[in-house]
Amino acid sequence: MSKYLTLLIASFGMVLVSACGDSRIHSHGVYMLVDTSGTYAMEMNKASKIIHYLLATLNPGDSLAVAKVETRSFTEKDIVAKVTFDKRPSQATSQKRVFKTRIEAFSKGVKGSAYTDITGGLIQGAEYLNETKAGIKTIVVFSDMQQELGKGTIRDFPIKLDGIRIVALNVTKLGTDNADPRRYLNRLAQWEASVRKAGATEWVVVNDLENNMESILTNR
Amino acid sequence: MTTWNSWLFWPSNVAFSVLALAILAMLFLYAARKPMHGVIHSVCALLSQSARFIARWLFLCADNLKLRNQSVLLAHGQESQAVVIDREFERVSDMIRKDMHEFPALQRKMMEEATRIEDDYHKCGEIPPPPPEWVGALKSVAQIKTGGDIPRKLLEDINKSIQKIHDQTVAEFRRSYEERHKILKAMQPSWRSVEKLIGEMEKKMVTLQTNAKQIDGHMGKLEGIRAKDNKTEHALTVSGFVQLAISSLVMVIALGGAFINYKLIALPMSEMVGASDYITNSLKTSDVAALVIILMEASMGLFLLESLRITQLFPRIATMDDRMRQRLMFASLTFLIILAGIESSLALMRDMLVADKASLMRDLASAATPASDGLLTRIPMIGQMVMGFVLPFALAFVAIPLESAVYSMRTVLGVFLVQAMRGLGFSLRFTSLLLKRFSKVLELAYDVLIVIPLMIERWVIGMRAGSTGDRSQSEEKELSKLRRAA
Repeated sequence: MSKYLTLLIASFGMVLVSACGDSRIHSHGVYMLVDTSGTYAMEMNKASKIIHYLLATLNPGDSLAVAKVETRSFTEKDIVAKVTFDKRPSQATSQKRVFKTRIEAFSKGVKGSAYTDITGGLIQGAEYLNETKAGIKTIVVFSDMQQELGKGTIRDFPIKLDGIRIVALNVTKLGTDNADPRRYLNRLAQWEASVRKAGATEWVVVNDLENNMESILTNR
Repeated sequence: MTTWNSWLFWPSNVAFSVLALAILAMLFLYAARKPMHGVIHSVCALLSQSARFIARWLFLCADNLKLRNQSVLLAHGQESQAVVIDREFERVSDMIRKDMHEFPALQRKMMEEATRIEDDYHKCGEIPPPPPEWVGALKSVAQIKTGGDIPRKLLEDINKSIQKIHDQTVAEFRRSYEERHKILKAMQPSWRSVEKLIGEMEKKMVTLQTNAKQIDGHMGKLEGIRAKDNKTEHALTVSGFVQLAISSLVMVIALGGAFINYKLIALPMSEMVGASDYITNSLKTSDVAALVIILMEASMGLFLLESLRITQLFPRIATMDDRMRQRLMFASLTFLIILAGIESSLALMRDMLVADKASLMRDLASAATPASDGLLTRIPMIGQMVMGFVLPFALAFVAIPLESAVYSMRTVLGVFLVQAMRGLGFSLRFTSLLLKRFSKVLELAYDVLIVIPLMIERWVIGMRAGSTGDRSQSEEKELSKLRRAA
């Protein structure tokens, strides 16, 4: 009798102890850069949809941060909202609701910036993602990928994006691109080369936001 | 290319070099003919003997295993039959105790009733009382020839008296009959009840007879088992296969139930142990926890059925004293109820989580909240809760097919193992036979390679034999040797 009871208690113990595995290696960290410069600030509705998609897709234990791309983006001040979802699904759902509210508030009061510092945003994003210790790290860049640096902003040095996926979203064509499409293609090729050189694991461009949304996040 | 060239005596003349090599090889092979034949023969004989030895050992093992299987099968069959016979005897004894202990009283009552009916019958059959003795006096008075009116008057008085008495007697007689008829009429229901009782008794007797026949059949089987009858053994083996098939089917159905159960609690378990914890790369802690809960429910069910002596997988539980066994039964039942309660609440939590997530999805998609019908939306939730509570108890009954599968698996595996060993033994025996013949084939193939030196040898032998006068004899011998070799 006592033997069976011991066995039973041990089984209960196993259930409790088994909840102590390392979760971070399976978690997903996403840092989304939203370009707010010039006319691109008008695309905020699309950006909100992307954020909603991310909120719907990410699971408990994952991390998400949304930051704006401004004149100089290598600063925590540009992070609009960030969260690491709780392990419990109910808590994670509540956190997602709060996050959504913050993003809605941000999208209502967004102001266009004079310059576009994408590289600074990438460095900031890499720093954030490395801190989360997520197993899969993704930086989503919602921008036309046209970088314009202000006076005194230095970004021509090697950056580190080791183990990070870079997803460029809604890379719109500029007026000059229409005249000479090579400019657009060269711009994308240049970004791909630079992020790969920085150690990024993948470079993905998604322009069809209606049908190709699932390419943003890779399978676990 | 360089390696090939290094073998050539004259690299500029390949054909000549190859010919020279072939002649050298042939000479070498001819010189080594006898030892090579010996090697071929020995290796083949060794392999053949080994294969034969292993085959023999396998056949022996198969026979031993068959005997072992037979004894286990018969022992298990005997045990099962004994249990069945015990149960039949218990049933018969219950029947006798329950239904037939009233038989003596009933019989006595029936005897009394029968006696009374017989008495009444006799009484009913009584004839009217004979005329009184004064009938004789009346005759004497009638014979008086004289006397005038006196005898006539006397006779008239007597007649009156007789008429009166007769009327009284007849009335008494009729009343008496009427009373008897009343008694008989009153006895009619009791007579019918006796008849009904007799009918019931007869039915019970028939059931008893059927049970007795069944016991006879079981006893016959038991006798067959004890006599190690081949027919009984075959029947038991077939029964083992059938049992395994049926139990497997039931267990597959139970597995389906367990899977539903698992799906019901896997999501809410993530609320308890965390949704993002992993044990291995692809194994979530919450999934394992849900699985452990289900396995524990199955274990508790197993212990419950063991303590109720429905199954007998653990002899230790079966041989426990009744007090301990009852304690174990209550403990396992309590744990089972607790687990069922937990599962029911997890099912409720699952419904809440799903609803919460659906609400979030609607918010994110900016969709309107659907109008909810209170009762309709609650039906799935109630259904999940009920299922969560009931499934653990249903899962508990898996212990019965599990026990059956365990016992029949022994028989089935034993039969398959014997057949596999015999099949392997046969293959090895066949290989041994092939190897034995293959040595001859190899020897002949070897001789084909050195056919020219062999022809020269024959020719030389022939020459020598001719010179000694025994040429024809020697050729004959050589020819017969070659034929044998062929």
